[in-house]
Amino acid sequence: MNTDAAGLGRARAFGFVLPALVLVGVFLIFPALWTIYLGLTDFRLTGLAAANPSLVGADNYLTALGDERFHTSLWLTVQFVLGSAVIGQAGLGFAIAWALRNRTGPVKRTVEGLVLLAWILPSSVVAFLWIALLDRDQGTLNAFLHTPGFAWLLDHPMASIIVFNTWRGTAFSMMLYGAALENVPPSHLETARLAGASTFQQLRDVVFPRITGHMLTNLLLISLWTFNDFTSFQITAGGPEGRSEILPVYIYNVAVSGGRLGFGAAVSFLVLLINLVLALVYLRLLRGRRGVAT
Amino acid sequence: MISLHGLTKEFPGGVRAVDGLDLAIADGEFFALLGPSGCGKTTLLRTIAGLEAPTSGRVVIGDADVTALPPGRRDVAMVFQDYALFPHMDVTANIAYPLRVKKVPRAEREAKAAETAARLSLSELLARRPAQLSGGQQQRVALARAIACHPAVFLFDEPLSNLDARMRLEARTFLKRLQRELAVTTVFVTHDQGEALAMADRIAVMSAGRIMQVGTPSEVFQRPANTFVASFIGSTPMNLLPGVAEDDGLHVAGAVLPPAPGVAGGEEIVYGLRPEYMDLADAARKDAFAGQVSVVENLGTSFLVTLEVTSPSGDHLVQAVVPEDAEPPPGARAWAVPRHPRALVYRHGALVVP
Repeated sequence: MNTDAAGLGRARAFGFVLPALVLVGVFLIFPALWTIYLGLTDFRLTGLAAANPSLVGADNYLTALGDERFHTSLWLTVQFVLGSAVIGQAGLGFAIAWALRNRTGPVKRTVEGLVLLAWILPSSVVAFLWIALLDRDQGTLNAFLHTPGFAWLLDHPMASIIVFNTWRGTAFSMMLYGAALENVPPSHLETARLAGASTFQQLRDVVFPRITGHMLTNLLLISLWTFNDFTSFQITAGGPEGRSEILPVYIYNVAVSGGRLGFGAAVSFLVLLINLVLALVYLRLLRGRRGVAT
Repeated sequence: MISLHGLTKEFPGGVRAVDGLDLAIADGEFFALLGPSGCGKTTLLRTIAGLEAPTSGRVVIGDADVTALPPGRRDVAMVFQDYALFPHMDVTANIAYPLRVKKVPRAEREAKAAETAARLSLSELLARRPAQLSGGQQQRVALARAIACHPAVFLFDEPLSNLDARMRLEARTFLKRLQRELAVTTVFVTHDQGEALAMADRIAVMSAGRIMQVGTPSEVFQRPANTFVASFIGSTPMNLLPGVAEDDGLHVAGAVLPPAPGVAGGEEIVYGLRPEYMDLADAARKDAFAGQVSVVENLGTSFLVTLEVTSPSGDHLVQAVVPEDAEPPPGARAWAVPRHPRALVYRHGALVVP
């Protein structure tokens, strides 16, 4: 069989792909390799080690793995991903998509518009909005609840950024589930209704089996995005006392604020590994599901 | 028994799919809702099922007014046009699904599913998934699921339309026999008049949300109550020719036919006659439609001949079914002679009772 459909020949075909490969190499592969290298040095932002970094082997990695601040940060990140992505965005997104599935007209457009607005606004703008909302003395929320002086960001920093990130990212899950629900044939839901199935039974027996693939893809994407999300830094900066210091914020704090670029690079590489594992788990689940379906 | 009282369903935008409809369906009856697409027959079926809420009117099943009940509490089972089998469940689980929702213990519901499947010759297929079944097998699984929970009423939405032509004939006989055995009141929707005539005990012919006629297949076929039913029922459309009832007889498209009871004195009428009851003559007659053969269609054991008839009252097409080997060549002159006792006379669109 002739695999050279365009008749270019190997060399000329490679010529066409080369510019893209160069871009990928310069902006993706090189920085990744450079991060691994930096993670093995004591490279700093300032001082002697900034000019002449020396190799320190696996020291940075061992320090990070033994560092209690890293452990706390990792645990906070897990809370952040489970709370704001898996439960918050995916749960709320599905709930909205389900509630709006048979609706048309102004109600649907208004809800979708509002949810999308939170998604498309620049992060610095929404961060400022939330600071204004949650402010202790002048905050809108305290004015609403008649709880003047309640310091949301100081007393409940994790809960605050979890709710914030849920609000911020629900649009994606809502849109994806909205499209997925269109794939559920109405006659299947109606068969369940005629059998007397409750809403929960309809979801369990008809809807979820039908959209498992969409759910896994969605969870994969939003988990990774949330894991690497830095927007919360603009609200709490990881504080107070590191109580909302999720991994991206931790890396920024140690690498840029603390000047330990080598150590930051090592932690970055660890985050990359965790992301890879997450992605592999989801992909394995997806593939397993396909295996069952055929 | 199902009875509908003043049932109206109006969709947003003002479309009346069902318009002030009254109907009674007897116990154990195999009842067809027949009509062209968009006539409201599926909406009516879905309203009986409870999947659509009527705008006004009542639905009574048995002795209970179920108008306000959700579908799950009406004791009805529906088979959808696409069968609606759950792709992730095997045949057993699909058949047993309504029982599972009703919290019947697993062993009991699987026994019930196996028993129902055996009745529909599905025993070999119990462990398969719907994607591994043919169309006819899928249809039987959908039927088994409806039967397994012993409902008071079956509702079938175009049950045969997804089968190929040959399977459809088999499934028709099969469905009719099954319904007779189970003796459960069954309402089915179809747009195919042949299917309705063949299967139903009684037929309601619908148009624009209203019932045009209710009757047994032979009543509806032989004595269509109005010109809509007359033109809709029958595999070859009925000849419907405008004419005038004079004292010396009916003047229709150039022919003078014997007078009909109930019409006289220059009244405008429509003369209806099935092509099967029209004979061709090759010599001029006073009581025949004279015309030129324009199309000859082969129906297998007979031919459908279309005549172009020119008359003082206008040009008309008249069709006649002639036996094989007796068909005239296209372009020939021919005279279509109605078998007058079979003729139906309509005044203002409604049948004139002789």
